[in-house]
Amino acid sequence: MDASSAALIGAGLAAIGAGIAALGVGNVFGSFLESALRNPAAADGQQGRLFIGFAAAELLGLLSFLIAILLYLKA
Amino acid sequence: MAAEPGKIDPMHQFQVEPLFGQDWTIAGQSIAFTNSSLWMALTLLAVWLFMLGGMKRALVPGRWQVAVEGVTGFITSMMDTNIGPAGRKFVPYVFSIFIFILFANMLGLVPFGLIPGVHPFTVTSHLTVTAVLAIVSFAIVLVVGFARHGFRFFSLFVPHGAPWWMLPILIPVEFVSFMVRPFSLALRLFVAMTAGHVLLKVLAGFVIQGVNLESAVLTPLVAIPSFALMIGISGLELLVAAIQAYVFALLTSLYLNDAVNLH
Repeated sequence: MDASSAALIGAGLAAIGAGIAALGVGNVFGSFLESALRNPAAADGQQGRLFIGFAAAELLGLLSFLIAILLYLKA
Repeated sequence: MAAEPGKIDPMHQFQVEPLFGQDWTIAGQSIAFTNSSLWMALTLLAVWLFMLGGMKRALVPGRWQVAVEGVTGFITSMMDTNIGPAGRKFVPYVFSIFIFILFANMLGLVPFGLIPGVHPFTVTSHLTVTAVLAIVSFAIVLVVGFARHGFRFFSLFVPHGAPWWMLPILIPVEFVSFMVRPFSLALRLFVAMTAGHVLLKVLAGFVIQGVNLESAVLTPLVAIPSFALMIGISGLELLVAAIQAYVFALLTSLYLNDAVNLH
C-alpha cells in the first residue's frame, strides 16, 4: 500500500470519530431534556452547564474532523 | 489539493487573496489588504451600525434599542452568573469578542455569491484569526490572575480536597488542561466554521454537477435532494454560528472566573 492511499484510509477512520462525537452531543442534549422535563423550574439555571458539556463533546468530534481533513489534504 | 479541471474545489473559498497594497511590507512580511481584511472591516462596519442604531438611550426603547440591549443584557447576566460582581469589569471585552465572532460568522453565511464577482469570506474560518482571539482571552486570564493573586494564582493547579499523595499526578494534569485552553478555544471555532462551509460547498458542487449531467432522470435525482439538504444545512449553520460565538464567550467568562476567584 502506498502512503497516499494509507492516508486516505486513515482520513476515513478519523471521520468515524466525528460520528461518535455526534452520539456524545446527542447524549448531552438528551440527558438535559430528560431532566429538564422532570424539573422544568431548574432547567433555565443549568443552560450554561449544558453548553459547556456540548462544547466539550463537540470539540473532540471537531478534532477528529481536523485530523481527517489533514490526512485528506496530505494524500 | 489542487482541483482537477471541471471539479469544484471546496477549499478554494478559504483562499486569502490580496486586494491591493501587494507591495506593502513590514520587515519583509507582506501586509497587503486581503479579502480577509476586507471582511473584518465589513464585520466591524456591521457591528458599528448595529450598535449605532441601538445606543440612543431612549427612555422608552424602540425595537432596535431592545435588540441591542438584549445582547448586552445577555452578556452582562452571563458574567454575573459565572463570575459575580467582579465580572462587570470584563463585560466590554467579552461583549466585543462575542459580537465580533457572531457578526463574522453570520456575514460569512450571507449569500453574497449571488452577485457576480463577489465572494463572501468567513474571517473566523482561519486558525490565525481565531488563535489571536484565543490568545487575547488567555493573556487577559493570565494578567488578571497574576495581578489579583500574585503567585497564589498557581494554586489553581491544586484541586481542593485532593489527598496529598495524589498531587504529583494531579498538578501536571491540571497544568496541561490549563495550557490547552487557548488551543481548544481557537480550534473549536476554526474547525466548526471550516467544516460547515466545506459541507455547504460540497453539496453545492453536487447541485452543479447534477445540473451539468443534463439528464432527465439523474439531474432531478441528484440536484434537488442536494439543494434541499443545502437549505437545511444553511439553517443549521446559522445555529452553529450563534452557538460558537456563545460558547467562545461562555468559556472566556469561565476562564476569567478562574483568574478572578481562583477555585
